[in-house]
Amino acid sequence: MKLNEEYKELAWQGLWKNNPGIVQLLGLCPLLAVTSTLTNAIGLGLATLFVLICSNATVSAIRHWVPKEIRIPIFVLIIASFVTCVQLLMNAYTFGLYQSLGIFLPLIVTNCAIIGRAEAYASKNPIKQATFDGLMMGLGFLLILMLLGTVREILGQGTLFDGANLLLGEWAIILRVEVFHLDSQFLLAILPPGAFIVMGLFIALKNAIDDRVAAGQPKAENTEISRVRVNFDEK
Amino acid sequence: MVLSIKTAVSRNAKILALFAIVCTAIVGLVHSLTKDQIIFQQQQDLLRNLNSIIADDSYNNVIYQDCLILPGAALGTASSQKVYRARNNDKPIAAAITTVAPDGYNGNIELLIAINVNGSVSGVRTLKHQETPGLGDKIEVRKSDWIKSFNTKRLASKNDSRWLVKKDGGMFDQFTGATITPRAVVKAVRNTVIYFNEHQDKLFNSASNCQNKDSVKETF
Repeated sequence: MKLNEEYKELAWQGLWKNNPGIVQLLGLCPLLAVTSTLTNAIGLGLATLFVLICSNATVSAIRHWVPKEIRIPIFVLIIASFVTCVQLLMNAYTFGLYQSLGIFLPLIVTNCAIIGRAEAYASKNPIKQATFDGLMMGLGFLLILMLLGTVREILGQGTLFDGANLLLGEWAIILRVEVFHLDSQFLLAILPPGAFIVMGLFIALKNAIDDRVAAGQPKAENTEISRVRVNFDEK
Repeated sequence: MVLSIKTAVSRNAKILALFAIVCTAIVGLVHSLTKDQIIFQQQQDLLRNLNSIIADDSYNNVIYQDCLILPGAALGTASSQKVYRARNNDKPIAAAITTVAPDGYNGNIELLIAINVNGSVSGVRTLKHQETPGLGDKIEVRKSDWIKSFNTKRLASKNDSRWLVKKDGGMFDQFTGATITPRAVVKAVRNTVIYFNEHQDKLFNSASNCQNKDSVKETF
């Protein structure tokens, strides 16, 4: 099935090849700022995922009515509305998490991954594919957030799921795992420089895996060295 | 034919305006649907904070509605502060006062300080701060019990020299690697207790003057 392959390609792009977190390096500000604990990372990841799916679907649905000249302000308007709605909903139903995500929730508006997908994919493709693309890109972002959150929380505080009750309700206190006990926290892992270092290691790891896979294949098709890391496949 | 500039511009303007109206309408709708829940959550949060520093069986009034606005000058803060008064059958029990320690290591530290009518501290909580994670953030109750060291403490006189961090000769611990943060908190609590001791009658006898909804919103 041709359609099936397209979905597969979208999933591959979002989760690995063009992962918004470690390949496109979009949305670094919230990515690095809130990943000091796994709970925060999941909270922001889910919020971003939701906004990305909604904005992709909406942008795709209206793509025939939006003149090219004013598409950007309209996309921004749509994204900002969704983010505001998410913010209100989180304020109403996950109050503790809303407080700990603080300023980074409204900052989803400025996450270039979202407007990037709206512009590069959703505005040119049917609703179903665009929604799926939003889901995959969002999942890719969420995945990186969770990995970063896990590593930083373990290194920094020696725990996992600290404060999970803020996201999931009081029962989630039992989720908290003390991996090992630290008398004082490992500051570097908690502060932004630690986030950059861990992030750098992830990128290196991904590149290493890609290189290994490429070396495994007998002949590389593309020998051209390119500094450009983002390739939007034109269809 | 290419559209004339004028028609193109006015057409685009109309489309843009239409989108703006629709988006605003959606946000407005969500806002009106979540409004009550948000206020409820904020009140619950305030109540949780208050009940963690004033025993909830010691009073029986609706504490977050029995609220007084203090001009900033009273406590020496830039913004006006709030006093929540706990009463048992109209008999004053304790007051919870919000204040700001302006001299934290990294800006303002917002505090909620409850003081019993006998002048002893009932409890202190940090509401908001930007102190260094891992060092100064031990003023949060979920990170450390330090903030509880104020409990039951009294101020003997205005110049009580025990109300300083240990490094300055007082009785409160500083943190390893962070003295400025606890110093700022101790100073703010001390000032608040002084104010409370001097104005206790006025604090409990003034009529409640916070607009309930706003008061909750502004505090947090």
